Amino acid sequence: MVKEIERAGIPVVHVCTVVPISLTVGANRIVPAVAIPHPLGNPNLDKDAEKQVRRKLVEKALKALQTEVDGQTVFED
Amino acid sequence: MSKIKVVHYINQFFAGIGGEEKADHKPEVREGAVGPGMEFNKRFKGEAEIVATVICGDTYFNENTEDAKKKILEMVKKYNPDIFIAGPAFNAGRYGVACGTITKAVNDELQIPVLTGMYIENPGADMFKKSVYIVETKNSAAGMRKAVKSMTKLALKLAKGEEIGTPEEEGYMPRGIRKNYFAQERGSKRAVDMLIKKLKDEDFTTEYPMPDFDRVEPNPAVKDLANAKIALVTSGGIVPKGNPDHIESSSASRYGKYDIADFNDLTSEDHETAHGGYDPVYANDDPDRVLPVDVLRDLEKEGVIGELHRYYYATVGNGTAVSSAKKFAAEFAKELKNDGVDAVILTST
Repeated sequence: MVKEIERAGIPVVHVCTVVPISLTVGANRIVPAVAIPHPLGNPNLDKDAEKQVRRKLVEKALKALQTEVDGQTVFED
Repeated sequence: MSKIKVVHYINQFFAGIGGEEKADHKPEVREGAVGPGMEFNKRFKGEAEIVATVICGDTYFNENTEDAKKKILEMVKKYNPDIFIAGPAFNAGRYGVACGTITKAVNDELQIPVLTGMYIENPGADMFKKSVYIVETKNSAAGMRKAVKSMTKLALKLAKGEEIGTPEEEGYMPRGIRKNYFAQERGSKRAVDMLIKKLKDEDFTTEYPMPDFDRVEPNPAVKDLANAKIALVTSGGIVPKGNPDHIESSSASRYGKYDIADFNDLTSEDHETAHGGYDPVYANDDPDRVLPVDVLRDLEKEGVIGELHRYYYATVGNGTAVSSAKKFAAEFAKELKNDGVDAVILTST
């Protein structure tokens, strides 16, 4: 799906837990997520702290979208 | 010759421990054969025997790869097997990646022959088919008997150090290894024969298949985020409560388009996951954990982004055919483009 969106001319960032799969599929902008059943959350934290974690990841995703890339790039930090 | 010693790797599901709720099961080792190992033992007909079975949850393996690898290598080393077999994993993505990773590690670190099996579209296949022998199987466990039959044959050959035939003969995925051989006819004649067949529209087999690189060039970055329209897409199966479009929990044949204009936050009251390939407890409890509507709404209010697109698109990425996913996205990407969406955040579980 990532590739078809990119092919349509829309920049796309893939937020996912298993980065090697995303690399194999062919995503260009990749942001590693927290865990498979809760990629953008952490149920061990309280609600506010968890939302902070989610916000950080979304901000990282937006940052990736604002970054020119020259092939597959994993945004670690 | 004494019996060939085999160590077998399976996941929590095939070990009968449980489904997704047990996918965080830590590596353990049991003496003898478990689950599909019984079928292997039967097929070995006394020539080989599974001496131990390593069991690990798929989520645990993929989230703690280094740790899982280390523990499992220690377990395998203790038994000093003649061959290490993993799976077959069919079309289970995380299981396939685990089988590929662990067979490669055992082969690299312990120099023991290894073998696994999975469906051609399993992400583990593309990742590891060049490193290890992967027998091609059907996409579901209904193909177990056939998979074990091909795997047994190849496993015995590998364990005995016999010569391995071509991918077509042995049923494994091509590894990109070239072997010299003496052909009956010289190259120029073979090439002309092939060309004549092609001109006659007859079947011919190329001697050098071109690799299939389907890569898409990245689009330019978003320049003006504060005025950009951002859309959300997910393969994590987030749908309005009740799953109105009946998206299947696995092998999805459709996707949904859902209006979130009235939502500042997704909750267990209004949304849930339709995905059958991960433990749904966390996503059902708070769907923002997969589809971050709450945070994007905040960023929209703060003016960080221009707008959150009023529709999001969702499907279930669980054993879903690559061709289906491609078709879904080709369709809705056109809509996104027409709706003036500047960028997409796609989340996957």
